[in-house]
This record gives sequence, C-alpha cells and structure tokens, in this order.
Amino acid sequence: MSILIDENTKVIVQGFTGDKATFHATEMIQYGTNVVGGVTPGKGGMKHLERPVFDTVRQAVKSTGAEASLAFVPPPFAADALMEAAEAGLRLVCIITDGIPTQDMMRVKRYLLRYPKETRTLIVGPNCAGIISAGRAMLGIMPGHIYKRGHVGIVSRSGTLGYEAAAQMTALGIGVSTSVGIGGDPINGSSFLDHMALFERDPDTHAVVMIGEIGGPQEAEAAQWIKENMSKPVIGYVAGLTAPKGRRMGHAGAIISAEGDTAGEKAEIMKSYGLFVAPSASELGSTVAQALATL
Amino acid sequence: MDIHEYQAKELLAQRGVPIPRGKVVYTPAEAAQAAIELGGELWAVKAQIHAGGRGKAGGVRLCKTPHEVSKVAETLLGTTLITHQTGPEGKIVERLYVEAAEPFEREIYLGFVLDRKTQRIRIIASAQGGMEIEDIVKTHPEAILQIEIEPAIGLLAFQARELAFGLGGLTLKQVQKFVTLTLGCYRTFRDLDASMAEINPLVVTREGQLIALDGKMSFDDNALFRHPELHEMHDPAQEDPREAQAHLHGLNYVGLTGDIGCIINGAGLAMATMDMIKYAGGEPANFLDVGGGASPERVAEAFRLVLSDPNVKAILVNIFAGINRCDWVAQGVVQAARELKVPLIVRLAGTNVEAGQKIIQESGLPIISADTLAEAAERAVAAAHGKTA
Repeated sequence: MSILIDENTKVIVQGFTGDKATFHATEMIQYGTNVVGGVTPGKGGMKHLERPVFDTVRQAVKSTGAEASLAFVPPPFAADALMEAAEAGLRLVCIITDGIPTQDMMRVKRYLLRYPKETRTLIVGPNCAGIISAGRAMLGIMPGHIYKRGHVGIVSRSGTLGYEAAAQMTALGIGVSTSVGIGGDPINGSSFLDHMALFERDPDTHAVVMIGEIGGPQEAEAAQWIKENMSKPVIGYVAGLTAPKGRRMGHAGAIISAEGDTAGEKAEIMKSYGLFVAPSASELGSTVAQALATL
Repeated sequence: MDIHEYQAKELLAQRGVPIPRGKVVYTPAEAAQAAIELGGELWAVKAQIHAGGRGKAGGVRLCKTPHEVSKVAETLLGTTLITHQTGPEGKIVERLYVEAAEPFEREIYLGFVLDRKTQRIRIIASAQGGMEIEDIVKTHPEAILQIEIEPAIGLLAFQARELAFGLGGLTLKQVQKFVTLTLGCYRTFRDLDASMAEINPLVVTREGQLIALDGKMSFDDNALFRHPELHEMHDPAQEDPREAQAHLHGLNYVGLTGDIGCIINGAGLAMATMDMIKYAGGEPANFLDVGGGASPERVAEAFRLVLSDPNVKAILVNIFAGINRCDWVAQGVVQAARELKVPLIVRLAGTNVEAGQKIIQESGLPIISADTLAEAAERAVAAAHGKTA
C-alpha cells in the first residue's frame, strides 16, 4: 500500500509534448508508472511516447479512464489547466510548475469548492518535486533510485530536502511508502495536514517525516492535528534558522513576515505537540530511526 | 517587487483613491519649482525609498517656503537613509516626492494583504492610524478591524461600510467616501496582483476629505508577466546590486553577513545547509539557489556572485542532483574553480554521483570533498577559519 498513487494508477501528463514533460514522462514510465496518455491542446490524435495525445483533459479521461495527472504547464496557463483537470473529474493532479501567480492559486482553490468534498480533486504542488510511491509509481521529477521501498511516509515543502531525507533513510536501511512534495509557494493545492490524514489511514505507513520551512502557518496547524488525531510517530524538521526576517529565501512562500513564521518557533511548536524534531538536516535519517525504535 | 510611494499613489489614484497633489523630483531646483507649481503654504518633502519608517529617520520633512524645500532636497538627495526596515546598509535617496501638505484631524490605518491561512485577500483597518500595524497589534489589539474577501465575488460595499462604521466618528458622507476609496484600493490590489498595499495614514482633513497621505504597495513577482506597466516602475537602485545581478541570471541570491559562501540547488536544501553551517560554528555569507538545471554557465555565474562578496573565506557547494546529473554539475564546478583563491568544499549526491566525484578528484584542483551534509558544513567552517578538518 501507499498513498495517492501506486503501479495501477492511470496517469496522464498535461503539457505532454513539451521537452521537460517528455523527459520526465519517460522517466516515470521507466519507473513503472502507468502513463496512459497526455494532453496538449492542438495535438489531439497524435501519438507521443507510444501513447495517445488528446486536446482536452475531458477527452483524455473519457478515452483512457485516467484518474491522476502530472501537470507541466507554463505559469500563465497553469491555473486554467488545474481547473480543467478538476472539471474533468481527475482524483489527483500534481503540478510541478514554479512561478504561478498567488491570486491564480487563490482562484483555483476557490473553484474546487464547487465540488463535494468526497469527489473534489486533490492538488499537490505547485512548485514541487511531485509524488513517489517507492518501487511502485512516480508522479514527479525526483531521482527515483534514491528511494527504497518501505514504511515511512515523507511530506516536504522542499524538493531537494525531501531527497536528502530519503537518501539518509536509505543509507540506514529505512524505506519509504510514499513521499509527497507539497511545494514552496504561499498557497499550496494541499497542505501537510491533508497528507498526514492520508498517511494515518494507510496501513503500510508506520511513521511520517514532515519537512517544513520558514513562512506560513501550515506546520503549526499540522502539528496540532497530529497531536490530536495521529497514532503514528511523526518526525519534524524546519529549515531556515539562519534566514533573516522579511527576505524571501528562494521559494515564494519562504519569508518570515508574521509571528510563528520562523524556523525556531515552528520547531518549538512541533516539540510541544509531541513530534520527534530532528535538530539538523543531517540528522533526519537518525531521528527517523529513533522514532521507529519506539514502535 | 516593491515600488515607490509616489508610484503606489499614482496607481491608487487611477482607481479612485484621493491623494494629495504632488510631484516627483530629482534635483533641489526641481523641488523648489514643484513647490511653487503646487502652491499653498506648506509642503512635505519625502524621500522615495523602498522601505517604511522614513519619518522617524528624517526622510520626511515639512517646509514653509520653496527655498526651504530646495535646501531640504539638497540634504536628502544622494544620502543613504537608514530606517528600521532598511537594515544597517540603508537605501539610497535618488528621488523625492514634494506634496502640498494639508492640515488633518484624524489618522486611519488601511491595509490589504494576501492571507495564507484563509487563502484570501484580507483587509485590515484601524482607527489608530499613523502607527505601524505591528505596534497597533501590540498596543491596541481591540482597535483592529478585519474582513476577508470571497475570491469569486470580490469586495462588497457592505463589507467596506462595516469597516467604516466600525472605525467610528465618520459622517455619512465620509462613510461613502471611505467605501469608494476602499473599493478602489481593492481593485488596484486585485487587478495588478499586489501582495501588499498599505495606506497609513489615511487622513480626514480639516475640510472633511479622506486622503491617502502615504501609500505603499508590493507586487507578486510571479504575476509581473501580465503587468507590463509595472515593469516601468522597477527601480534597480533600491535593490542590492548582487541580488539584481542574480535575478538577471535566474538565480536566487540573498546576501548575509557571514563568511562561508553557499551554492546549493533547491531553496529548502539551501536553507538547511546554511543552518548546518551555523550548527557547525560558522556563519553563511549568502543564500543561493542555483535551481534545477545547474548548467555550467549558471554554476559559473553563481561562483562570480558569491565571490563578489569580499567577506567570503570559503565556498560550500552542495548539490543533490535530481533532474541535473552530478557529472554535469561537477564539470561546471571544476571550470569555475580554476581561478579560485579561497578553499572550496563540494558535496555531491543523487544521480550519477560517482561520475561527478571522479571528475572532481581527477581535476587536480585542491577541492575538499564531502559525502554528507554534516561533513560538508564542518569542513567549510574549518576551512574558513584556516584549519583543516
């Protein structure tokens, strides 16, 4: 088991025929992902990577039965692509694109409220590395070979820091059930909390790593939820202790602008809610091992 | 992107927000001329910098004659103004805004932000204007009014009216004026993809008019592509030259005060590596994310940027290759490192790591390799302090 995706999940790629999408779709197929086609408006009817191309997401869903998509759509068109995917009834959309205007994401999130909660599309990203269920399927741009199949979930705002955690765990012989990058933007499609709830329900996940950074209220919200609802141990880490106030650190969402935004404050909140907090990024793996030893 | 006060006021005025009459000037003579053209008996001369706290730092002065205006302009132009928001390096004053000053009776705070928690635009208003919002929150938390805007509908008149009546003490006519200007400010914010707008103070003049005495706006960098009119408002003189240079090359750089230069892929890993340096007893000189495709050109530009900081005593490169391969990154690092005068510590991980490490080893350059994040940070700190680890 895993969360969000496995080897049976039927996947399409939005923006399928672009260079980057072609490269990553190839990697995904090699990893074992069930890519059933893609969408590029105006290229419907073509074949790409031996799979059908459609003009619209609705057509793709109808013909292939796709349930998830990976979106590689440039920032000006990304919000539209997400709403198209939601309207076509996809269960999951992972959007890699960096640079989507914040108000566009606000509109997307508002648009999703049209649908009842049970059938609402779950968006992962934007500005993220994607999702991987180790050894089963990959919906993203990560190096698949660093993930060992196992029982620890990862949720991270940062892509490369998620890789770092996975590599440290692999070195200690600890495997991953699913790793999710929620992205570095101020407004995410889905939050730490959304994925914590999924990991809590997944019988194959025994513990979860939550990798946060400066800026925004998400880590604190998730930590409180974990304390109140989660039976599995959670390992927390927050990057950006040395980040100065009011400066944007690469990610659009990584800025200390309000109380509770600093890495120190967030780490304290995590501790107060009973999470195992890794004292530094080089101790992510060892802190996971400690947490697993308590089971 | 930040803009100047006079630019923010211009944008707000275009959408129905009343502002004082004013002129932007670049020389003392222009300043005096502006005062004469504006007329009246009292003028405000305001330094245009991308930071708040100008009043307390002496960047806003009231003058009674055009001659005084030109004298004040002379003392302000070309100086570096240091306020509590600029940091110790301050911001250079190259433009002034001369305004016809009007006596006022009341100061109100009106601010717009993108609220991450509710994922909506939020309006904040307070009868305690003229103070900074952070101070109002501390000293008069009860005097803060807030409303959230439904993204599918936009700001409604009744919401603005609720704010106006909540502020208290406004006549019905003034309430109507407040509603009009708040709607105008909202449209400016929404249409131009702002991330922050602040009118502080919004004043009630002796004649009973509502006027935006100050105006501050920032915009979402990700949305600038659809607002060419904002590009023209960009003022590179207000930015750190290294950050502006980095931006040109698609790199993210933030200068800090330490001595270990950092070149890292990914914003999260970059922050975590800086934290590791601190943990190991050192101080990072910068934040630098080279991004996903760390091509040799980008790596070379990253080295140039980091080395343009004279405090840098060692450089730490930490790349966790996903899309980009370690061997490719290593080639860029080796090329860039040939002329290097400070110790270089390189940690590679991820795709094609063995090939990358081989290129580093066979380069014959005195590059210090590290396998883990902790090792890399410790070796960088030792190298910067002139020791070998």
